[in-house]
Amino acid sequence: MSEHMATDQTGSALLAIDDVERIFGGERKLFGGRTPAVHAVQGLSLDVRRGETLGVVGESGCGKSTLARLVVGLDLPTSGSITFNGEDLAELARKDRNALARKVQYVFQDPVASLNPRKTIRTILEAPLRHLTDMNADARERRLNELLQAVNLAPEFLERYPHEFSGGQAQRIGIARALAAGPELIVLDEPVSALDVSVQAQVLNLLDKLKEEFGLTYIFISHDLSVVESVSDRVAVMYFGRMAELGPSRGIFRAPLHPYTDLLMRSAPAPGRHDLMSEDASAELPDPYDPPPGCAFAARCPNRTDKCVETRPAPDEATGSAPGHIAACHHPLTRA
Amino acid sequence: MSEAALNSQSRPKGKPARPGTATLLLNNTLATSGLIVLTLICLIALAAPVLPLPDPDVTAPANRLIPPFTAGHLLGTDDLGRDILSRLIWGTRVSLAVGLSATFIAALFGSLLGLVAGYAGGRTDALIMRGIDMVMAFPYILLALAIVAVLGAGLLNALYAIALVNIPFFARNIRGMTLGLSRREFVDAARLSGKSPPQILFLEILPNVMPVIVITMSTTVGWMILETAGLSFLGLGAQPPQADLGSILGQGRKVLFTSPHVSVIPGLMIFVLVMSINLFGDGVRDILDPRLRAGSLTRPVARTEVRRDNSAIPKPSARGGVLDVRQMRTEFQVGSSVYKAVGGVDLNLKQGECLGIVGESGSGKSVTAMSIMGLVPTPPGRIAGGAAYLDGEDLFAASDRRVRDLRGGSVAYVFQDPLSTLHPLFTIGEQLKEAITAHQPLSNTQATEKAVELLSLVRMPNARKRLGAYPHELSGGMRQRVCIAMALANDAKVLIADEPTTALDVTVQSQILTLMNGLRRERNSAILFITHDFGVVSALCDRVAVMYAGRIVETGRTEDVLNHPKHPYTAKLIECVPVLGEPERRLDAIEGRPPVVDKLPEGCAFADRCPFVQADCRRGEIDLEMSSPERGVRCLHPLNEEAPA
Amino acid sequence: MGAYIAKRLLAAIPVLFGLTIIVFLIMAMIPGDPATAILGSFATPENVARINRELGLDKSLLEQYFIWIGNLFQGDLGRSYALNRPVLDEVLERFSATLILAGTALILCAIFGLLAGIVSAVRQYGWADKLITLLVLIGISTPSFFLGLLLILVFAVKLKLFPASGMYAIYGGGDLPDLLYHLALPALTLSVVATGVIARLTRTAMLEVLRQDYIRTARAKGLSERKVIYKHAFKSALVGVVPVIGIQAGFVISGAVYVETVFQWPGIGSMLVKAISTRDLLLVQGGVLVVAAAYVLFNLLADVIQTLLDPRLR
Repeated sequence: MSEHMATDQTGSALLAIDDVERIFGGERKLFGGRTPAVHAVQGLSLDVRRGETLGVVGESGCGKSTLARLVVGLDLPTSGSITFNGEDLAELARKDRNALARKVQYVFQDPVASLNPRKTIRTILEAPLRHLTDMNADARERRLNELLQAVNLAPEFLERYPHEFSGGQAQRIGIARALAAGPELIVLDEPVSALDVSVQAQVLNLLDKLKEEFGLTYIFISHDLSVVESVSDRVAVMYFGRMAELGPSRGIFRAPLHPYTDLLMRSAPAPGRHDLMSEDASAELPDPYDPPPGCAFAARCPNRTDKCVETRPAPDEATGSAPGHIAACHHPLTRA
Repeated sequence: MSEAALNSQSRPKGKPARPGTATLLLNNTLATSGLIVLTLICLIALAAPVLPLPDPDVTAPANRLIPPFTAGHLLGTDDLGRDILSRLIWGTRVSLAVGLSATFIAALFGSLLGLVAGYAGGRTDALIMRGIDMVMAFPYILLALAIVAVLGAGLLNALYAIALVNIPFFARNIRGMTLGLSRREFVDAARLSGKSPPQILFLEILPNVMPVIVITMSTTVGWMILETAGLSFLGLGAQPPQADLGSILGQGRKVLFTSPHVSVIPGLMIFVLVMSINLFGDGVRDILDPRLRAGSLTRPVARTEVRRDNSAIPKPSARGGVLDVRQMRTEFQVGSSVYKAVGGVDLNLKQGECLGIVGESGSGKSVTAMSIMGLVPTPPGRIAGGAAYLDGEDLFAASDRRVRDLRGGSVAYVFQDPLSTLHPLFTIGEQLKEAITAHQPLSNTQATEKAVELLSLVRMPNARKRLGAYPHELSGGMRQRVCIAMALANDAKVLIADEPTTALDVTVQSQILTLMNGLRRERNSAILFITHDFGVVSALCDRVAVMYAGRIVETGRTEDVLNHPKHPYTAKLIECVPVLGEPERRLDAIEGRPPVVDKLPEGCAFADRCPFVQADCRRGEIDLEMSSPERGVRCLHPLNEEAPA
Repeated sequence: MGAYIAKRLLAAIPVLFGLTIIVFLIMAMIPGDPATAILGSFATPENVARINRELGLDKSLLEQYFIWIGNLFQGDLGRSYALNRPVLDEVLERFSATLILAGTALILCAIFGLLAGIVSAVRQYGWADKLITLLVLIGISTPSFFLGLLLILVFAVKLKLFPASGMYAIYGGGDLPDLLYHLALPALTLSVVATGVIARLTRTAMLEVLRQDYIRTARAKGLSERKVIYKHAFKSALVGVVPVIGIQAGFVISGAVYVETVFQWPGIGSMLVKAISTRDLLLVQGGVLVVAAAYVLFNLLADVIQTLLDPRLR
């Protein structure tokens, strides 16, 4: 699958995720048996190319946040490998945590919770400079000012505490912290979902500007399709810990292959849209402790056949017309 | 309440952010008196060597059992003729020193264990906590007695025993807190900033745990003094000639019946000492506990307080309608500032109609919804003016009893987060039946049938079986269906839904919206739908009102407002949201932030962020100008004026 | 539910075993030579060796533990040298007296603590709340040994309403009214601190619950304020308070040591204090073991009640 993608696009792979699995639970108990195990992420393979924005969408429990934590090394995969620029990430995280932190950074969903309430903004922003770079005090001071300027915050904010900031301002500080040590890849985990819509646009525009300015690569995780569509070059749709569909943003949103992607798109309300697609109430998520053998979406799928219930489709079971557009579906949607 | 913005807004410079800790403490009379008494006791105890006191240990059999208030012996003497005042002061010194040392030892080791267990997790945590559990499996005195039995009686051993048995308290408290904190995002952020685990534990987590350590210390120190005194009282602590308050009391017991003062005086001293410490400790806790600080431990009354000028109650509007809200104002009093969360809102809702209220957090949309049936918590909220008429009846003038009948009867609510709005300890069947029987005189079986009927109405699969389920056993979408079923229990005329789909996934949201739309058409009830999302409004609402800083800035039919917004805020709000299928659209962000509602500017509240602002926008009151019965805008220079009204 | 209770009971077994190990080790750590304690300091070496052999003290610690635990299962906790009777008999007799005292106190403090806490929360900042808060503060600041003495001075010495000490009248007593008559003062003394703690906690728990979203839902349904407070809020508050009542049992047992000493109640607390001063170690060991085991079982009960109340814990 990776060669399939490497051949058809210009950008080289910065991050390669290969058959990654992360299981929570399943530890041995004191008296025999094991605690119940949940596959948060399973059989996940994808590349992130230098300079692109890869959007990851899915609903709660689909494993998108686990994926984010795996990429920044806050969590390690149970099996499979993640390589950054050819280096194994788990290996790197074990050997030198900070080496990874210099290259990959993270922006959190809840901007206020991601700032220690008892530290000034200066202390918070200085931490990565102190621990990840070898700048001296003067260089750090200069860098702090650069950072604040980059995220449009006044320098006097440095001496204040997090509770004095609104959500939008706090998220700018979070972004500045991620930028501090000059990373190549930033994982944005629902960076605007805690913000009001008017502030959301400010932050999205800022992210766009910073990407140009610093030549960054983004992994943008969100549950909001319209936001993902507006920022992403490529999009991965996740369902129940696996990839349902992957491809160029335009291809996916114009002509989705997977019925789940289609459902997501038609469920999303939009100004001026009256008819939302809606399924039956009996459509429930599969039990994570007892995953179905076939396609996880089969129970909710209008095109389901026996094959879907029995055998799980490969991630690239179906391919679309755009290069690199694949979906894990036995009966992909055809363009009407 | 999504209106948390009330206090999360950053405060403008120059205004004192909040009163200092010391000021707060001194405002608390009890705590202050505790502090004064405690300081006095400590000063006297410290000064004991320089005070003109007789030697506390010199016996004088001739002077035995002199009653108090005798010249030379202010508090009398004991059975060996020793001066009680002198013994009391020296004994207090010992008791204080022992109690404080025990507290510090317990706090140090307990906190350390708690911090390490909570942060390390896994095996380390399990090992430490099993040990702590083992210690806690003994009533503390058994452990203290066993320790004294092993080490032998003596003050120092009593100190160790009391400190040791208190370590679990600290360890447990601190561990719980640390565990919570180490899952917080700022800890992950510190890891990604390159901090090492010890740095994170002691520089990031410890400062946040410190208040809890101080609270635990201030609430246990009095108790530790009691306990060491207790061991001495039993003869297992201080050994003669050394004496602390407990041993003085214990020895005085021998002559209890003949000379009670010998034991009552040291007993009172222990009481006064511990009481002053506890008063002070409570004060410290009240100040450091964020819940108390935020006022989140004040009991809200059953109904929002109404404090309006009765001579200026607006009449019902000419348009009639089921629900007719006129010039409603709701305020929050926090300290000396008054937040005008809702500043004069007019709403009108006809049978079978769905009106959407759109706004960002802090716009007052939820408070508007809650105010109608008096569900805004008092304190700090109050309805400060206006009226809400339900079929012509003024809800703010109705009796409590009447409001209770109307709640869930004629006016029903659906709230945002279906997990927190259902009671976790009752089955959904019980909760549904309760909603039914509160308004209809039905027998239990009839109520059960009705509950099943309601669950089927909201398309709950296996309705009868689900009656016995607890809320945590259902998915988010199913829980919200239960909430809707509850709201439908008594054929409400008006349904008020406060962001009912915001906490749900997008596919579940569309299910719920479709359900509500269907129910509305079937049952012809009026819906007031609060949301921040124009897309949701489009899917459901006939009309929409846009709120900003506590007021309606624009209202009209949904398509009209969406296609031809007149208020610059509405226009901006629509444009700054990405739309599916239009990825090239440039997002037009609104710069700046909404004003804080405790000091609204004169004129238009949006003026500071408005690209079309002119000088007259900042002057005087701007009215909601109605160009037709349904269309109105609160703007002096509206956009799209040529568009049809 | 039954399965849960069985599981909890099974889980208590290792804890009880842990207890025996700790108790055994503590006693083994006690300095001094039991033989000398029994025979006095002028004992001949031969006699000391004989006693040590009789007590099994010449064996390894592990062997001693297994012998001890084996005897334990047969109900043999050894003999008290000071009293010259089997430890088990003495301990059980004393323990039943403590159970009467502590049980009464625990019931008193649960009832009055919960009541005071609810009243305090419902009338927050009213005069009743202020009065209760003050009484609670006084209650938890008064050492029980001092309170006991005061009650004796006032009610026994001055007013002669209640007896100053003992469990039954020496002549002609022994029936239930006589027991209650003797129980009144010590039970009251013992319950004061725990009542205060429970009242305080109930108040906070109630206030916290009354702010929850589901209380707003209950009100929005049109339920009466009585139902909102006593059904919806109280049940949630109780979930938090029940384990504290379990922990308070430990404090009540601990307080019993003082109260029994002050009122000369023939319970296990006063027995332990005396046994420690006379270094009657087997008696101390037996007493500690029985009380600790009872405490573990009581907390188990509190756990089960909490689980019954809260389905999320099942």
